[in-house]
Amino acid sequence: MYSYEKTGILSKKDLKLPSKKQLEKGVAIIECVQEIPCNPCVDSCPVNAISMKDVNAPPIADYDKCIGCGKCIGICPGLAIFLTKIKDNKALITLQYEFLPIPEVETKVKALDREGNVVGKAIVKKVVKEGKTMVIAIEASADLAMDIRNIRVDS
Amino acid sequence: MRVNGIPNVRTCIAPLKNDIKVEIQGKYANLPDAKFKENPVKTIDIDILVVGAGPAGMCASIEAANQGAKVLLVDENPCVGGQLIKQTHKFFGSKHEKAGTRGIQIAKDLENELKELEKKGEVTVLLDSTVIGYYEGKGKKYKFGVLKRYGYEGILHEIDCKSVIFAVGAMENMLLFPGNDLPGVYGAGAVQTLMNVYGVKPGDKVIMVGAGNVGLIVSYQLLQAGIQVDRVVEAVPIIGGYHVHAAKLRRCGVPIYTSYSIKEVYGDGKVEGAVVVKLDKNWQPVKGSEEKVDCDTICLAVGLTPSTRLLSQVGVEMEFVPEAGGFVALHNNSMQTTVKGVYVAGDSSGIEEASTAMIEGKIAGVSAALQLSYDKKAKTLKKQYIAELERLRDGPFGEKPRVAKNKIKKLLEKKHV
Ligand SMILES: Cc1cc2nc3c(=O)[nH]c(=O)nc-3n(C[C@H](O)[C@H](O)[C@H](O)COP(=O)(O)OP(=O)(O)OC[C@H]3O[C@@H](n4cnc5c(N)ncnc54)[C@H](O)[C@@H]3O)c2cc1C
Ligand code: SF4
Ligand code: SF4
Repeated sequence: MYSYEKTGILSKKDLKLPSKKQLEKGVAIIECVQEIPCNPCVDSCPVNAISMKDVNAPPIADYDKCIGCGKCIGICPGLAIFLTKIKDNKALITLQYEFLPIPEVETKVKALDREGNVVGKAIVKKVVKEGKTMVIAIEASADLAMDIRNIRVDS
Repeated sequence: MRVNGIPNVRTCIAPLKNDIKVEIQGKYANLPDAKFKENPVKTIDIDILVVGAGPAGMCASIEAANQGAKVLLVDENPCVGGQLIKQTHKFFGSKHEKAGTRGIQIAKDLENELKELEKKGEVTVLLDSTVIGYYEGKGKKYKFGVLKRYGYEGILHEIDCKSVIFAVGAMENMLLFPGNDLPGVYGAGAVQTLMNVYGVKPGDKVIMVGAGNVGLIVSYQLLQAGIQVDRVVEAVPIIGGYHVHAAKLRRCGVPIYTSYSIKEVYGDGKVEGAVVVKLDKNWQPVKGSEEKVDCDTICLAVGLTPSTRLLSQVGVEMEFVPEAGGFVALHNNSMQTTVKGVYVAGDSSGIEEASTAMIEGKIAGVSAALQLSYDKKAKTLKKQYIAELERLRDGPFGEKPRVAKNKIKKLLEKKHV
């Protein structure tokens, strides 16, 4: 039994993380490790950077092929893809956000980890509406790049 | 149950009024007479009757009509879509099953396809209409009674059909514990309907019981509606739903307690709190682990049971298959039951998913059409759909339905060698 099956929380050990160089380029980190019948991420990628043996296999991201376009983020029904780029000691993380109010660009929000704990602050850099889905890019301190997985907007 | 003389009423969802007469009903119902509600009975003669306009019924209707059959689709709700109309989340699956699309949008897409077929006169959709019973038909026809509601008035329709597809879905399971009859104890599906269909907040602070996909998804949707979810408790040692759903909830700060259950719910006339308790590896409560939690809502997401009452009235062979969720109609891979021309699809044939319900509906639709000699590539399509269904059930999360469907197949073979 994996501990995430009990807790619902992945640890970094469960994931294949990108190298420093790949992070500087900006890549999609996929936190989807179980065999579930799902594959829209594979179809969404313009450069075939996401592969899957069959519809039930977990997706594998090829960080060298990934061009960081973010097309896979908004399509994922599991909200499991996080585009991450590190530049000038800042992390730019792009994720899906499905709550109200929708934050405006340049607002300060709370940065949450996989357990919902507040681990720092972040600034909203971009808000893109894809149909009914919000894809939001936030900027935070680079050392939190692998921890921030959600935001909280104070209303 | 019989209400005001109308047989086979699901009393749990019937509107409550003064002076209604509720009676227990035996297995077979008498057809209410022609003077029913002072309105004459309308008769409809059709090739295929599809009961239930969820994903399975909608797909069955579209497929059968595309083959050239004349179809009547009946649902007791004011709109088509079944469970889909409350599913505001994006669906899994692959492109064919519209993965990445929200359930509510899938319902709209299918509705538009149905509207096109309605314009051409291939499909008729009868809403606000409940199929209330099966009656003996003449010759090779089946006869069903349908009550169409106009406000509080009703008009009885008699449907004569050559073939029928039951896509009637499922009902939520209850749990036994002291206080489970207090107002504030809901099924998760009911909560989802209140929030996402009617825009009604079910409460302010919720304990969710069950960490399968339904429990996890409804918890997340409660948060989206601005309602606090105190915790999810799950009796099994691991989370049953997809990890990605659990992760969404966890990163919003909602804890999931595995090996925990609800011992009792207390309150004066309504839910005011619950006692949760840890379970040991023999499923027994661990002494001293009881914890009182204040809350006003308990949400039960502890599984579904296939709806089969009409099927058993028709007289198809039924068997208890735990992996399918309860009693189900034995059916072959064309989705035909043991009575010729009577088909079943979706949750009613075994609890599963909307994606598989859609494909089962398609299979039932083409098979029923084929049997009535409507064939425009029907055989090729059928093969393709059967292969698609197998592919979707291939992974570990498809194991339970896979086991269920294999058992059903074996039971059928054993009885009909
Ligand atoms: C919270 C939740 C989340 C889910 N999430 C997903 C998901 O992400 N992906 C997925 O694939 N599946 C999901 N499912 C499962 C999916 O919703 C069901 O498997 C699917 O809706 C089953 O389709 P169906 O057509 O068999 O039944 P239903 O959608 O239940 O439709 C049955 C219809 O029949 C009607 N009916 C019943 N009896 C009669 C009668 N006598 N006369 C007239 N009409 C009648 C009912 O009113 C209903 O409209 C979820 C379910 C729930 C509860
Ligand atoms: S970010 Fe773009 S290139 Fe990278 S995996 Fe996603 S879709 Fe493909
Ligand atoms: S779309 Fe999302 S949930 Fe589906 S397989 Fe890809 S990463 Fe996993």
